[in-house]
Amino acid sequence: MISRITAGERELFYDLIKPCERAVFLTAYSVLKTEADAEEVVQEAALKAYKALGSFRGESKFSTWLVKITLNEARMRLRRSRSEPEVSLQDFMDDGDSDYTPAVLTDWREIPSEALDRKELREILQRALAELPEKYREVLISRDVREMNIAETAQLLGISEGMVKTRLFRARLMMQKIVAPELRPQGKKDTKG
Amino acid sequence: MVLDCKHVWREISNYIDGDLDPSVRASMEKHLAHCRHCAAILDSTRNIIYLIADERTFALPIGFSERLRARLESELEKSEPASR
Repeated sequence: MISRITAGERELFYDLIKPCERAVFLTAYSVLKTEADAEEVVQEAALKAYKALGSFRGESKFSTWLVKITLNEARMRLRRSRSEPEVSLQDFMDDGDSDYTPAVLTDWREIPSEALDRKELREILQRALAELPEKYREVLISRDVREMNIAETAQLLGISEGMVKTRLFRARLMMQKIVAPELRPQGKKDTKG
Repeated sequence: MVLDCKHVWREISNYIDGDLDPSVRASMEKHLAHCRHCAAILDSTRNIIYLIADERTFALPIGFSERLRARLESELEKSEPASR
């Protein structure tokens, strides 16, 4: 298919990227946090991929290659848009052995998936995810939203599997700490820690 | 092995992923059976993971595919891919 595209059958390129749309969008969103920015980056990444298609050697899946281009594009845009240093001292400290505490609850009534039909619930989850520091958000989206495994997540993000697990544990507890008090039926907020 | 609450919190993510040594898992389950706080933390964390994995939570924006195609079409009119 790739050789036919590079030979000029442009229409096939749309078929090639269609199944990857959600993956590339979520990848860009995991870095940039806003739908509009993520969408623009996906468009740029798709253009880049098209132009570089001749250099794609098929050593990885096309979707993996496109996701990687999207991730790089999103990170570059983020770097251009923010004034603080790319890696702060806090970033190093965050991967140290500091405590991460959840919201301490006395009980939890399960929220069924049907509840996701309510825009309000979706917004709570989206807002919480946007509150996470970038490196935790990237891992959480790869692992729990895109449902990639630990090895795939490590490879995409260029970190070790151990680091994926550490960041995932923190990201999940941060999400629990932000979201759980908001979703409790009684609206009680006995968060601590 | 007796685990305290903080130790249980640190292992909750691995517990959910089934990525724990059997003896640690057994100790966690023993703790969870008696600690309402940790059981609620586990249940809520697992439930939140389940909710964020649902495609409705992070759906593609409406019109995403159409806008992507339109942008590509307009840009690709101007250029051709590099040949192999």
